[in-house]
Amino acid sequence: MAIKAEHEIHKRRFSRNAGVGLLLVGFVAIVFGLTVAKVSQLGAVQGFDHVLRPELIESGK
Amino acid sequence: MTDTNVTDFEHEAQFGDYFALLKPRVMSLVIFTAMVGLLVAPVGVHPMIGFSAILFIAVGAGASGALNMWWDADIDAVMGRTKRRPIPSGKVTADEALAIGVALSAMAVVMLALASNFLAAGLLAFTIFFYIVVYSMWLKRWTPQNIVIGGAAGAFPPMIGWAVATGGVSIESILMFALIFMWTPPHFWALALFLRKDYDTAGVPMLTVTHGRRVTRNHILIYTLLLAPVAVGMGLTSIGGPVYLVAALLMNAWFVKGAVEIWRRDEAIAEADSYVVEKAFFRFSLYYLFLHFGALLVVATLRSYGLGGW
Repeated sequence: MAIKAEHEIHKRRFSRNAGVGLLLVGFVAIVFGLTVAKVSQLGAVQGFDHVLRPELIESGK
Repeated sequence: MTDTNVTDFEHEAQFGDYFALLKPRVMSLVIFTAMVGLLVAPVGVHPMIGFSAILFIAVGAGASGALNMWWDADIDAVMGRTKRRPIPSGKVTADEALAIGVALSAMAVVMLALASNFLAAGLLAFTIFFYIVVYSMWLKRWTPQNIVIGGAAGAFPPMIGWAVATGGVSIESILMFALIFMWTPPHFWALALFLRKDYDTAGVPMLTVTHGRRVTRNHILIYTLLLAPVAVGMGLTSIGGPVYLVAALLMNAWFVKGAVEIWRRDEAIAEADSYVVEKAFFRFSLYYLFLHFGALLVVATLRSYGLGGW
């Protein structure tokens, strides 16, 4: 007797796996969105890598 | 060759069965009241943070629903209203419900703390603890006042929403808590009046079972009378306004009228007309809560246009 490749049980499990997969993707999206929102609330972030910060130049005058 | 006997795949849970563990209908009320608590607060919240906070409050509420189903599976199996839930119907095991409940509770509290503040997360943790340990494990099977004290668990969400925005607790958030807290007993006792057999079978000490239906009718009236000043009084705080006050006065007059009608009836009359008044009161109680919070939202919206507030 041939083994049926696609059994009802596989369909049921697929719905479960797809649901969990979507939830995980959604969770990642929310954590990313939260991070963007939190960082954007911090105000201006200085990022003067490899150059002198303007304040240092000002104060050095 | 013998066929492989897949006996139980009908009971193989689908995604929806796990989702049903979270009690989606209860969750929708939690989402709505928490959202109102957040939106009527005087402090604005970044939309992404507000959305995430409401989501994690809802997940926390859903997790406590799963833990409740784990603990109460024996009761659910014998009550008509609940016997098709995922555990009694054999789709999900009690251990799975426990694992999902614990994992989601922890995730919701930690994420709410990260998204907003520790007060809101602490209130959410306390709500889950209160619903599972104080209500489900301790009071529900022990005292007919189970509904009164257990109602507190359902009353916290607007307070958590307010705490997300303001980082604190104030008279407004306490009154939103009190509104749901005082509303819960008459709402559930009206249901118990016309669903008595269910609670009898399950051995849950509902007031109708332990003290009789006359006492339950008296209690519905008392709690409805105590609820009215809370609901109307909220209209005089900073989140109230003329729109809310008028809506609250009308709805409470109607609610008290319904409670008086229930109080004046006895079992013979109620059975003769198939509990028509009790059923109408129960239905109205759903609109009552929804419309009170809806009116708060209307006032907050109008206020943002310079109208509608005090």
